Amino acid sequence: MNTPQNPSPMNSVGRVTRIAGTGAVTETYTGNRGLMLEEPLLFERGALDRCGVDLPEIPVVQDRLAGLGRADPIGLPGLSEPETVRHYTRLSRQNYGIDLGIFPLGSCTMKHNPRLNEKMARLPGFADIHPLQPQSTVQGALQLIDTLATWLKTLTGMPEVAMSPKAGAHGELCGMLAIRAALEARGDARSVVLVPESAHGTNPATAAFCGYAVENIPANARGRVDTEALKARLGPDVAAVMITNPNTCGLFEPDMIDICAAVHAAGAFVYCDGANFNAIVGRVRPGDLGIDAMHINLHKTFSTPHGGGGPGSGPVVFSDALAPFAPLPFVRKTKDGFELVEEMQARNSKDHDRSFGRMVAFHGQMGMFVRALAYMMSHGADGLRQVAEDAVLNANYILASLKDVYTAPFAASGPCMHEALFSDDFLAGTGLTTLDLAKAMIDEGFHPMTMYFPLVVHGAMLVEPTETESKASLDQLIGAMRSIAEKMLADPDAWRTSPHLAPRRRLDETGAARKPILNFKDLETAAA
Amino acid sequence: MRYLPLTQPDREAMLTVIGAQDIDALFADVPESARLTAPIAGLPNHSPEMHVERALGVMAAKNLSAGTVPFFVGGGAYKHHVPATVDAIIQRGEFLTAYTPYQPEIAQGTLQVLFEFQSQVARLLGMDVANASMYDGSTAMTEAVFMARRVTRRSKALVSAGVHPHYVGVLKTLTRFTDDEIATSTPDLTPGKPGDDLDALIAAIDAQTSCVIVQNPNIFGHIADLAPLADACHKAGALLITVVTEVVSLGAIKSPGEMGADIVVGEGQSIGNGLNFGGPYLGLFACRDKHVRQMPGRLCGETVDADGKRGFVLTLSTREQHIRREKATSNICTNSGLCALAFSVHLTLLGEKGLRNLAGLNHARAVQLAERLGRIPGVELITTSFFNEFALKLPTEARSVIRKLAERQILGGISMGRLYPGIAALENGMIIAVTETATDEDFDAFEDALDEVLA
Repeated sequence: MNTPQNPSPMNSVGRVTRIAGTGAVTETYTGNRGLMLEEPLLFERGALDRCGVDLPEIPVVQDRLAGLGRADPIGLPGLSEPETVRHYTRLSRQNYGIDLGIFPLGSCTMKHNPRLNEKMARLPGFADIHPLQPQSTVQGALQLIDTLATWLKTLTGMPEVAMSPKAGAHGELCGMLAIRAALEARGDARSVVLVPESAHGTNPATAAFCGYAVENIPANARGRVDTEALKARLGPDVAAVMITNPNTCGLFEPDMIDICAAVHAAGAFVYCDGANFNAIVGRVRPGDLGIDAMHINLHKTFSTPHGGGGPGSGPVVFSDALAPFAPLPFVRKTKDGFELVEEMQARNSKDHDRSFGRMVAFHGQMGMFVRALAYMMSHGADGLRQVAEDAVLNANYILASLKDVYTAPFAASGPCMHEALFSDDFLAGTGLTTLDLAKAMIDEGFHPMTMYFPLVVHGAMLVEPTETESKASLDQLIGAMRSIAEKMLADPDAWRTSPHLAPRRRLDETGAARKPILNFKDLETAAA
Repeated sequence: MRYLPLTQPDREAMLTVIGAQDIDALFADVPESARLTAPIAGLPNHSPEMHVERALGVMAAKNLSAGTVPFFVGGGAYKHHVPATVDAIIQRGEFLTAYTPYQPEIAQGTLQVLFEFQSQVARLLGMDVANASMYDGSTAMTEAVFMARRVTRRSKALVSAGVHPHYVGVLKTLTRFTDDEIATSTPDLTPGKPGDDLDALIAAIDAQTSCVIVQNPNIFGHIADLAPLADACHKAGALLITVVTEVVSLGAIKSPGEMGADIVVGEGQSIGNGLNFGGPYLGLFACRDKHVRQMPGRLCGETVDADGKRGFVLTLSTREQHIRREKATSNICTNSGLCALAFSVHLTLLGEKGLRNLAGLNHARAVQLAERLGRIPGVELITTSFFNEFALKLPTEARSVIRKLAERQILGGISMGRLYPGIAALENGMIIAVTETATDEDFDAFEDALDEVLA
């Protein structure tokens, strides 16, 4: 074999794959490693009298604080502006984000966040208006909400939408409250909600929050709801069935129309968890399947940023049967423009006359509405259809490219939708699991896939690439995942302690829960 | 389409690898009757960036933005100046485009921010422990009532008449189908103590009471000493829940924790976050150490990694829906991470000194305006102890006054008729907020216009 001048082995795209030796430098005075900069806590850096904001002089007045002035120190350290910028910039570099690379977190739809959307949401006409300004001064904002509502109703084929829910789980709550209100309105108290085993944890939690007992419906061998078991359980005590479609195994529920008809025949409602709408937007209208309510995660399908865990936005579309029970407030068109109906008493029309009430202060996540509408207008009806097609194509490409190495429990039953489900069965006997594989991906520079969800598959790995990944990006992920799997099977012991190259190695989560240190005061106490 | 990297040859090559004839083959599970064969009718097709920008810009231009006019609207959302640094930091892609930190080795940025946020919030509210934020103040308050029920095993909540009516509305909605008893009352405008019913609340506490909920400053801006109410709650085995919708006030007035609250919830928008027509905002939630395992929402905790280095993780997740499913403390999955970051950055820029100055400035400016407006003939200053918001009683119905002020390009406050429709005794009431952003010229314009409208 020819030994090249440069001993670093190169892969097919010319990337150095061996980690360079550290040479003489094994430790540093600062704890930093080149561009990887350690950053102390704000409370270790700041001071009570340091400040990064200049304010005008405070005029002298007789105070009106009724003797309730805050005398004791609060304990809030401050930093000057340059120190603040550096503190947060250093912290940001310890984060992985979509802007850095593929983020194939199944069920989460981590797609590109267009910067136009950020720019639009910051227009003063949207960002600097108060929710309780006179309605005559916010007609453009109400128009935006109405326009977005029209898009959502048209894309889902549903007649009504509630815009105010703050996130997906909040949308579920909105839908289930409407179902409960509709049942109570017809004097039909029911007590049970059926939820497939593969459901998101929010589904059973939401049903329980609404006062229902939750019963699980099993999955069949093809990863779909066991339709016969579901039908057999329907009866006068069942209020609703909550179904995710496409489901959390990344599969379309082929019996959905049949299921909805059976549920309706039994006097119950179908709540559809719309978390995976990205797979079918523009190709299927959920209304055509017969559902009664569905939330839409604007932060998934319509690309509003996840922001490290929120804020989200979860509008809910409703069928005619549930529309009268939708929450307040809502926007309606009048002959003079748009009206925001905020209170039951203020209402003149017959629609919404049985609203179950208000779910939030004010009117919902306006900042997210602007971003989502900018995204929809950019894609248009034709582009959104392409979104679903490319998302599904990308996921199937991953499934097809990995299924000879990774266990793919449902691959035999046909194509997947927007996410590919694998399990760690292929690692049996190595002592390695999904967790080890995910942590090894971190060293390769990827955010791992979703681990151990859905619960119906042991050692699940749910890979959702989204439509905003190029073929080259997918090929690199596939190559890395194949490489990791092959190396793990060849030498399991080398793979039990990844990652080694991230800002931190594996963290002690058990210790964190056993003796929780939840703020800096605790930290001081713990050190003492 | 600019957000889609696949080319047509890419798509064809990928279909070959998959072994599918065409894209339709991948949607074979969709029942034939529900398959759409063309783009959905009734919606426009794709648009260049400049066209989208133009269309949305036209909509935005139809709104009267707060920064362009004399502005005095509050009622749970406040216009404070947000330093430019805040927005620059929250737009860093590593924060903006990250997910919930479920892989802590590559999410220490978000996690350390949440740990610092929790520490800042706990100190600001005077409490032991705060969570990593919730949807908003109103939903946080409802979660607090459910938490009090879990802690006390009682189900009767007494709500002060001074609590924001939207917050009360949310609580009523979410307890509509539970067996919780929610006792509410209608506020009155007693001069000097509008919406202040603390003695009545103390008298109403009984052995079934799980919690008493009081807002400070209340919806009319009135501030009160909650210590006697806290004592009464604790003697009866009930919890005191305190709501704060203007958190800048905590730079000037005693914290709920100092006055004996057991749970404090708040709307954090005032610090670091714009008005945004009502959202996204961030709910603050804090409690005492002994109740932490009954707390809803995400919590970040400190730990060490395999090399012994300090690091942070999400913790106590056995309370949460993804583990506990129907037995979880709440169905909530998301927090308001990016809004919490904005809050934390702004509070870091302020520090103790800056927050106290900001609060002092808000208070002094509000006192100045209250005294000026109170001298207008026929106008009565109802709230006499306040932070930066106060209520006036006008000689006429306030809704039309607000409308006439808006016609003069002045956003002069909130009519109580909008918040409490159908209650005649409140129709002449108006709530006015003053922050550091209002200038002397704004004061002059407001006073002149109000004088003119009332004349």
